[in-house]
Amino acid sequence: MIEVVVGGLSEVAKYIIPTLLVGIPFYALAFHKVPVYEVFVEGAKDGFTIAVRIIPYLVAILVAVGMFRASGALDLLLGALAPVLDFVGFPPENLPLALMRPLSGSGSLGLLTDLVNEHGADSLTAKIGATMYGSSETTFYVLAVYFGSVGVVRSRHAVPAGLFADAVGAIAAVFFCKLLIG
Amino acid sequence: MLNYIWFGMMAIAVAAGIYNGKIDAVTEAAIDMAKISVEIAIGLIGIMALWLGIMKIAEKSGLIRIIAKLLRPITIRLFPDVPEDHPAIGSIVLNMSANILGLGNAATPLGLKAMEELQELNERKDTATNSMVMFLAINTSSVQLILPATVVALMGATASEIFITTILATSCSTIAAIAAVKFLERRKRFAMETEGDSND
Repeated sequence: MIEVVVGGLSEVAKYIIPTLLVGIPFYALAFHKVPVYEVFVEGAKDGFTIAVRIIPYLVAILVAVGMFRASGALDLLLGALAPVLDFVGFPPENLPLALMRPLSGSGSLGLLTDLVNEHGADSLTAKIGATMYGSSETTFYVLAVYFGSVGVVRSRHAVPAGLFADAVGAIAAVFFCKLLIG
Repeated sequence: MLNYIWFGMMAIAVAAGIYNGKIDAVTEAAIDMAKISVEIAIGLIGIMALWLGIMKIAEKSGLIRIIAKLLRPITIRLFPDVPEDHPAIGSIVLNMSANILGLGNAATPLGLKAMEELQELNERKDTATNSMVMFLAINTSSVQLILPATVVALMGATASEIFITTILATSCSTIAAIAAVKFLERRKRFAMETEGDSND
């Protein structure tokens, strides 16, 4: 049943982008006589400016995150947190991924790959990991790109709110996997 | 806030790097990531141009306005500061739809377009508005209906088992994000007006 839904969704997903790429210009041309080529080029021009504008913000965030990852600070944090989380029933094997997820997309994918290789895709550990990975985004990267693109440097409550949501997501991943699979 | 987090991350990295004997790796990571940042940004140019071009057509044809109007009952609660019919709402809705459908490539350009339009409504250009923070929080908590291709590839046949758990977990994190933003935006600590507040 679920296989059918998942399969169906990814089947539909294949057609979304081509449909948009053709459907939007078709609607504009057929119903509103928009000069689609000219308008496309006009809009596309901003692509370069925006991409270049986010560079300083990306450098700032990714350098800090990269240094943090390389230093092994995460392992120290893990050691400190493990007893507490063990006490509340949070599986210690999934903690590195939970901590890495908001920091680095490639880093957390690497950790998920390790979990799958070590415990097997059939294990609860790997399933919790995959749920964590799929249910969250790289908070700091998104922050740098989105706020950077418009030059916003004062992020106000964005970081605490984002990290709180990440924590809730990680705990929910453990909870629902244990409830429904394990 | 970001000032402390940014500096804190680097300071902890150097301290932990010395303690763990990995200081060379820390230095190397700093240099490498600086290079990678530029590669990521440059890599975005083409996809950005493609979607911004298509978006412009959608905007000129009035499609964005129609979408924005349709979903106004929901968006007015999340983004009360954005006036009705403002193009930002259309871009926000499109970005969220792209996220839900797992179209990461399209979601980022649409999201940046939305940020640009939200910035037009911003009176203090260097500071995030309530709507911007709400939009960002919803994006980082990732509402997704379709599993990322990487996860499907890794998990193989068991991927369908985590389909429901992922939707449930991501719904929880999105609700938590919305609640946290609504709660925190009223705190004095995160207020919009405070001039020269170095806390942020």
